[in-house]
Amino acid sequence: MTATLLESTTEGERLRLAAAGAWTAQHARALERLIDAQTGKRDAVRSVIVDAAGIERLDTFGAWLLERLVRAWKAQGCDTAMVGLAENYRGLMDEVHGVSDEAPRRRRQSEFIHTLAAVGRTMVKALDSLVSSANMLGAVAVAFARVLARPRSFRLTAMVHHLENVGWRAVPIILLITFLIGCIVAQQGIFHFRKFGADVYVVDMVGILVLREIGVLIVAIMVAGRSGSAYTAELGSMKMREEIDALRTMGFDPVEVLILPRILALVIGVPILTFLGSMAALYGGGLVAWFYGGIDPEIFLGRLKEAISLETFEVGMIKAPFMALVIGIVACVQGLKVKGSAESLGLQTTASVVESIFLVIVLDGVFAIFFASIGM
Amino acid sequence: MAANGKNGKEVVIAVRDIVAGFGETNVLNHLDLNVYRGEVLGFVGGSGAGKSVLMRTIIGLVPKRHGTIEVFGVDMDGASDKERRAVERRWGVLFQQGALFSSLTVKENLQFPVREYLKLSQRLLDELAVAKLEMVGLSADVQDKFPSELSGGMTKRVALARALALDPEIVFLDEPTSGLDPIGAGDFDSLIATLQRTLGLTVFMVTHDLDSLHTVCDRIAVLADGKVIAQGTMETMLASEHPWLKAYFHGKRSRAVEQGAAAVHA
Repeated sequence: MTATLLESTTEGERLRLAAAGAWTAQHARALERLIDAQTGKRDAVRSVIVDAAGIERLDTFGAWLLERLVRAWKAQGCDTAMVGLAENYRGLMDEVHGVSDEAPRRRRQSEFIHTLAAVGRTMVKALDSLVSSANMLGAVAVAFARVLARPRSFRLTAMVHHLENVGWRAVPIILLITFLIGCIVAQQGIFHFRKFGADVYVVDMVGILVLREIGVLIVAIMVAGRSGSAYTAELGSMKMREEIDALRTMGFDPVEVLILPRILALVIGVPILTFLGSMAALYGGGLVAWFYGGIDPEIFLGRLKEAISLETFEVGMIKAPFMALVIGIVACVQGLKVKGSAESLGLQTTASVVESIFLVIVLDGVFAIFFASIGM
Repeated sequence: MAANGKNGKEVVIAVRDIVAGFGETNVLNHLDLNVYRGEVLGFVGGSGAGKSVLMRTIIGLVPKRHGTIEVFGVDMDGASDKERRAVERRWGVLFQQGALFSSLTVKENLQFPVREYLKLSQRLLDELAVAKLEMVGLSADVQDKFPSELSGGMTKRVALARALALDPEIVFLDEPTSGLDPIGAGDFDSLIATLQRTLGLTVFMVTHDLDSLHTVCDRIAVLADGKVIAQGTMETMLASEHPWLKAYFHGKRSRAVEQGAAAVHA
């Protein structure tokens, strides 16, 4: 089949190339090879005739390959002409004849510079994201102050709607996960403390760990993954469809309309979830202590009262709204950074979750230092 | 075998007794339609009448509840996956919003179907991408841009180039000129006409644009109440006494077009 697509005969200084058959997409691969084979340098050849009379079917692929054949010989300084092309393909041939053949410019960079540039870009991006988070915090504070001055402009319905999504609907999964974490911590504690006969100290460990650190941390991480990502995706797709620009042109401040209700919903919702989560974790710990460690509930509760104080509980609860704020700010900043493509929506959502979990843990560390220095 | 229509032309799409819809409502109600080889069929109807639904039913995106669809004589229901894919390679679709892959550059968008179906060298793929771009009236500069960086008119052109990537025999155009300025829309119409002539395409065009109907369409089919209520040339449409057709083709907006056309002919 392919043998008959292009045949060459030499008549003295003249090369005659007879194209025949179906010059279509299906044969494009074979045709390209044939053409490359026929355009090698031949000193004897002065003129080339491409005879297209035998072509039965032609599409853009074939037309371009014919054009390429002609151009290649022209570039070698030969008189090149095409004859015998069927009338109905003339238009197509003229179309590809006008196509410019300047090779696409391609910038090549050395691997080293490329890596260096990537590192630099990442650093600038990290700095940029810090700056825009600070900007967002400021904008939210201003919007909040405005709302305080004119309470009627606050979008209560929107906030309650978000509170339902991030708070109420998150309760079952938060309860389940913190309950299980409480169980696991207690089980591990009993297992290892038993070697020293110090089973009962597991109550201290569970109480302090859950109330000070684990409860709030687990909840914050869950909320970042569950609601932070949702915020980013929502705001991002609004950005993509120019909804945010539409709001702005109507004279609304997107921060006040979209972002403040979301962040306030988180700031209210996360402490509640933290409280519920901590209780579930203590409950789980208590159950395991009872069934696995043989510590009666009365003993557990009595021991718990001695081990923890109101301060232990406060330390955890104070952290919760700040973590909520960090998650909300990061999620909204990333959402507004979304550009036109679906890929960028995915990238920013990932960035939102990763960054907010990272910042939540950093914040937890900062709080640990702070509480240690004020003796809480 | 492809059946021949009454006027001897080969029928490339035969839609018979189609029922399709969403939920409880049937948007298409026992609809019949023939599309002949080499024609530009303009498909009109009120907003929400189901024009796009019919197009999406033919290309298999909306499941139908009743009836048969034959494309190139292949019954799309009875066809094996392989047969259906072979048919799908022979049509190209221009979606209303372009539906360009947003994470790929213009060039990659054009090369995507070609790369999947044909094993061609990178050089040939690059050259063809430039050729297709220039055929739809764009310069080679846009090839490394991302779809989000294109204007509305450019998006439509790139989408048309992608629809034509595999040199299809049928192209489905869903409101190709919507969202374009009149000059851009006019250019796009003549582009479709040129490509149709040079490539011998069959064009199924869903449109609202009376200018497009006047200038590029060989035949017009009108959809109302889930059926094709009229089909024929522009003259037949203008002569029709059907109230909807009168309102559509003789309404305020169409009069300006008619007068313009008359002025040109005078």
